[in-house]
Amino acid sequence: MSKLLLDRLKAQFGDSVLETSSFRGDDVAVLDPKVWRAAATFLRDDPRCACDYFVDLSVVDFPDLDESTGRFEVYLIVHSVAKKHRVRLKARLKEASADLDSVSSVYGGADWAEREAFDMFGVRFNGHPDLRRILMYEEFSGYPLRKDYPANKAQPLIEYREGTHDKLGPFLEDEGMPFDRSPVDPKNFSH
Amino acid sequence: MGDVIMGGGESGVFTTKFDALLGWARKFSLFQYPFVTACCGMEFMAAAGPKYDIARFGAEAPRFSPRQSDLLWVVGTVSQRQAPALRRIYEQMLEPKWVMSFGTCASCGGFYDNYATLPGIDKAIPVDVYIPGCPPRPEAVLDGLMLLMDKIGRCDRTPAVLKNTALPEGVPDKLEQLYQIRMKGKAPVTNEE
Repeated sequence: MSKLLLDRLKAQFGDSVLETSSFRGDDVAVLDPKVWRAAATFLRDDPRCACDYFVDLSVVDFPDLDESTGRFEVYLIVHSVAKKHRVRLKARLKEASADLDSVSSVYGGADWAEREAFDMFGVRFNGHPDLRRILMYEEFSGYPLRKDYPANKAQPLIEYREGTHDKLGPFLEDEGMPFDRSPVDPKNFSH
Repeated sequence: MGDVIMGGGESGVFTTKFDALLGWARKFSLFQYPFVTACCGMEFMAAAGPKYDIARFGAEAPRFSPRQSDLLWVVGTVSQRQAPALRRIYEQMLEPKWVMSFGTCASCGGFYDNYATLPGIDKAIPVDVYIPGCPPRPEAVLDGLMLLMDKIGRCDRTPAVLKNTALPEGVPDKLEQLYQIRMKGKAPVTNEE
């Protein structure tokens, strides 16, 4: 795979391309978040790039890197159907300033992907037309795919019934109820 | 059933017997409402199809309104977001009503121990029979249905978990004999090319 796309990006954005790598055909460019939308627009509109197909946008959380480069690594993968090449753009964000320009005006497919990234990681996308939670409910607080979200913390919308416990199954003395267990017992008529 | 209907006669027993009669009548006339959310639905479709013939138990007619049904099948994973809807569906059903928890996810959340999944539908609504399995085979589903019918006949509303049953004695040998008859004269099946 040629590094055409990376060379084009470097020629266009210069120092705003922080680093590039190319491993077995996977071209990756880490960008300054300031040029995020401009780079997406450039990849779509430049005739030699012609990246007309949005593949994916999501976030990876590296909590240990928040001091140095920023914990959230937003990535965007775009592909050119005609030229059969693809590139992955990355932007690193610190938790204190976890916002990024939305590319949903450039790639329509990024709309729901950005909503999901916001829902799961709390990265805010400036200029998104409708930045709401997409999978979780509005009452949910916190961002469940952040590494510091407690792994089994649930936020139920309903009040659990009495006598039930988290993860304690019903499988106690009633496990394997035999047929014809007992004669009719008026005590058992209702719940 | 003759003794149930005809027996008794002492004072105070009649009510119980009348309930037993009602239960006997009800258990062969179950109108189901399938609340199908996940992959268990495939096994539910298999169990509800003609091959396993759930009509034998008088429970073959699905009603797609909870107001017309008295048996709620909860088939598959229920998320926290769906839990209010599930409870509302249950509340819309008319008494007497029963709930079957189909599969491990509906019974206790299964392996989804996380932020998104309701850890068992009994956190939201009462359950009559839990059918374990991921997903349960149609035989297990029918076993669970028969256990529910048994419970209805006994007017027993305590939760029940379907027992994991082994094949009866002699059946594995019989299966092996049938297999040998079927494979007679054919090349043996091996894993090698």
